Amino acid sequence: MELLIKNGVVYDPINEIRGEKMDICVKEDKIVSKVKNPKVIDANGKLVMPGGVDIHSHIAGGKINAGRLLRPEDGRKGAEPRGKLTRVCTGYSVPNTYATGYRYAKMGYTFVMEPATPPLLARHTHEELIDTPILDNAILALLDNNWMTMEYVKSGETKKLAAYVAWMIKAVKAYGVKIVNPGGDEAWGWGKNVNIDDSVPNFDVTPRDIIDGLAEANEMLNLPHSIHIHCNDLGHPGNYETTLKSFDVVKGRSNANRQVMHATHVQFHSYGGSGWKDFESKVDEIAKYVNAKKHVTIDMGQVMLGDTTTMTADGPLEYGLHMITGRKWTNLDVELETGGGITPFLYSSKVAVNTIQWAIGLELALLIKDPWKIALTTDHPNGAPFITYPIVISLLMNKQKRGEVMANVHKAINKRAILPSIGRELDWNDIAIMTRAAPARILGLDRYGKGHLGVGADADVAIYDVSPEERESKKIQSALLHAKYTIKGGEVVVRDGEIVAVPEGRTYWVNPEFDGESTKDMLGDLTGKFEKYYSVNLANYPVQDAYVPHPVEIKTKV
Amino acid sequence: MIITDVLCPFCGALCDDIVVEVEKNKIIEVREACEIGVSKMMGHERIATPMIRENGELKETTYENAIDKTAEILVNSLRPLIYGWSSTTCEAHRKGIELAEELGAVIDNTASVCHGPSILAIQNVGLPSCTLGQIKNRADLIIYWGSNQAEAHPRHMSRYTSFPRGFFSEEGRRGKKVVVLDVRKTTTVEVADDFIQVAPGEDYPVLSALRAILAGEENVVPSCVGGVSKEKLIELVEKMKSARFGILFFGLGLTHSRGRYNNVVNAISLVRELNAHTKFVIMPMRGHYNVTGFNQVCTWETGFPFAVDFSRGQPWYNPGETSAVDILNREECDAVLVIASDPGAHFPKKSIEFMAKIPVIQIDPYPNPTTELADVVIPSAIAGIEVEGTAYRMDKVPIRLRKIIEPNHLSDEEILSRVLNKVRERRGE
Repeated sequence: MELLIKNGVVYDPINEIRGEKMDICVKEDKIVSKVKNPKVIDANGKLVMPGGVDIHSHIAGGKINAGRLLRPEDGRKGAEPRGKLTRVCTGYSVPNTYATGYRYAKMGYTFVMEPATPPLLARHTHEELIDTPILDNAILALLDNNWMTMEYVKSGETKKLAAYVAWMIKAVKAYGVKIVNPGGDEAWGWGKNVNIDDSVPNFDVTPRDIIDGLAEANEMLNLPHSIHIHCNDLGHPGNYETTLKSFDVVKGRSNANRQVMHATHVQFHSYGGSGWKDFESKVDEIAKYVNAKKHVTIDMGQVMLGDTTTMTADGPLEYGLHMITGRKWTNLDVELETGGGITPFLYSSKVAVNTIQWAIGLELALLIKDPWKIALTTDHPNGAPFITYPIVISLLMNKQKRGEVMANVHKAINKRAILPSIGRELDWNDIAIMTRAAPARILGLDRYGKGHLGVGADADVAIYDVSPEERESKKIQSALLHAKYTIKGGEVVVRDGEIVAVPEGRTYWVNPEFDGESTKDMLGDLTGKFEKYYSVNLANYPVQDAYVPHPVEIKTKV
Repeated sequence: MIITDVLCPFCGALCDDIVVEVEKNKIIEVREACEIGVSKMMGHERIATPMIRENGELKETTYENAIDKTAEILVNSLRPLIYGWSSTTCEAHRKGIELAEELGAVIDNTASVCHGPSILAIQNVGLPSCTLGQIKNRADLIIYWGSNQAEAHPRHMSRYTSFPRGFFSEEGRRGKKVVVLDVRKTTTVEVADDFIQVAPGEDYPVLSALRAILAGEENVVPSCVGGVSKEKLIELVEKMKSARFGILFFGLGLTHSRGRYNNVVNAISLVRELNAHTKFVIMPMRGHYNVTGFNQVCTWETGFPFAVDFSRGQPWYNPGETSAVDILNREECDAVLVIASDPGAHFPKKSIEFMAKIPVIQIDPYPNPTTELADVVIPSAIAGIEVEGTAYRMDKVPIRLRKIIEPNHLSDEEILSRVLNKVRERRGE
């Protein structure tokens, strides 16, 4: 099967192609330099980009499903019947797996990272990913509130920690290391929380130590992605200081190919003020840091005003939110490993704090000069459902549109946010970087054919029916929400905004090789943990091959 | 041959440490499991071959005929009901939901007549919970309310709660307080530190009194609530507040007594409020080994956990309207496919009387009262003994069921897959 995408206006930032009119050739599932007898897709006057790559979106697993179960009222939204090819769809902030696959594909996305899987529940995440059509995917394993991790960090046995991280990533078919409120969930096991320099109850380590230890292990293993961190102190006034301290923990480390820390949904971590009354944006400080340094990348975690469902492995945070709103609250602590919570949330334009949160996400994207350092996310569904990406993009590209929104929200935005003073408008090249090239590179997936259209890359292509000069928000939004074409692995999966094929997605997982002696010692410790403390047997713990029917194994060497 | 780390496909505790000895494709010994588990795994009477009822008698037939007959009944049905699911794999669930979607059927599982009210309560207020290992390692106060797990989940206390030594509970049973609340002195009470007898149907006011006391409003609580003295209630609240880590397990005593889901809403609210004082969590004692699994799969595939009606094309969820017993009692469906469950033994008389009037298909390894109602009977291999696949423990931890011996029958998943193909064939798709 060959395709010729003819005369499109191509944005392929990894290959430094910036709005050039050119052809893209596809053979089987790869981009090639020429084709002989192709099916021609006329892309004249249309935008052509690599398939979208979402670096951080909670789409599958225990938490997400607990969110769906908690919110049948959300399930009612967006219900669609079965089609000739498609299964039923439901949900807005907590879509079912089918809606997740179709809606992303319709927006031109072809890869999504599920960023927070408790290893004990990894089978569940993979089961849902099997039922999530079209999208290639991967998962990050939560390894920070983990007893083995904390004990090795405390004893300084870095090689055993690296051996453990390697074993876990392989055992649960994960792609990398996730850190969520390090130490906080262990403390939440007793109803408490910690900040970056507090001692974790009973374990005598600080979150700072955990971050540093996991970063060291991550680099020792030479994993494609860096540590991926949700910092301590999320959502609290004045937390930008904790955020900057967290960035600083790994400033002495480096990697030739990428950052050594990816900090996620930094919108939730860029707050000033001493309480809710003087809550303000501190994006100036965060942007100053990120602009000056090379070791850290971030994603936005944009908030959109409206109703959504918040869900995170940060157990104490969700309880705090529930105490603020009084709305229903689900919690799931996971033995020896992590926790999690879920509560619905309405970001209201009438509430000063929510309005400032909305501004903060946009400020991050506009004040960080180099778009390669910041990926576009809403931390789906925490800031907003992923389906709002086209709106976020239209705001970033149009100052006047931002002004219209600001005129109709709480006036606090004029005093305690920076957005009103920002004139920058992003262009399509910036957007192509933030939505495909940068996330692919930050994840280390550019080396495996994602996020670009060079010869040999995966034939994942998005074609949007919009002129590169277009600035009108409505037109941009409509074009991005319903791609003219989405091509996934060389197959046209979306045509004129409708699903026309439903291939199964592939799961990227990393198989890290590590020193056998350390691994043997580590397994002795791990066996003890299972015999004494886990509620399942070690033999039943690793995720069986049956749960990853379309694997892409990435082997790494020390 | 000795096989270790086997999962027991019986109750929601989903023990995964069973040792099974197999000789010539037959299980000859089961160790570590409870008495019920041993008896289930050793096996009992099976449905030997597929059967179709002719002139009131079940007559042996082939899989092909039985599956074709099933497809015929389902295709000719205007409002089919597909029910059961709690004793089979998630892989079979997925196939079943696809079949229901294709047919525009109603699909429901046994939660509908079990912890369905708990799910409705969770949809009202949420569920602060945890995995069972968290309890093993941390809990110092364990409360069982309306649940006699000594008989229903026999190893629950020894594996996860009262007895094991954990990381923060090295003393084991001595370091933990166990309290049972129930309407009668059950066998569970024998291993508890305290028993509080609640008058039948009075759980709701007892929970309300506890919440009032916790809120510092004990002056509004009368001297006796639901058969429990005010002193006893105050003592219990003190115990809860002073625990380091408390857990409230509840069973059908809450979900199926007066108040139903409201009882559970009240219990969850109590636990939620306790979190302002200490760490407290709550968990339903789910019955069948994979009842939780169906709710999980149905939720991620359709957005809703049970009682899903596909007749509008898109999923419609409204328990009380779209739940199996309600549909049967309204005499609304015109065919029922029952799989991996036994409504014949558990549904109300009225529902069963109606089932006797309409075509019923049964897919199950074992004969049971539903067989007597069935027009088509399709024997299946036993999940977790003869078929591998996924099951979710009561705390939503997914574990893979092992295959121990070779089956002589088709798996549930395979049968459903063939039915689905036949349905498509008959509809000319």
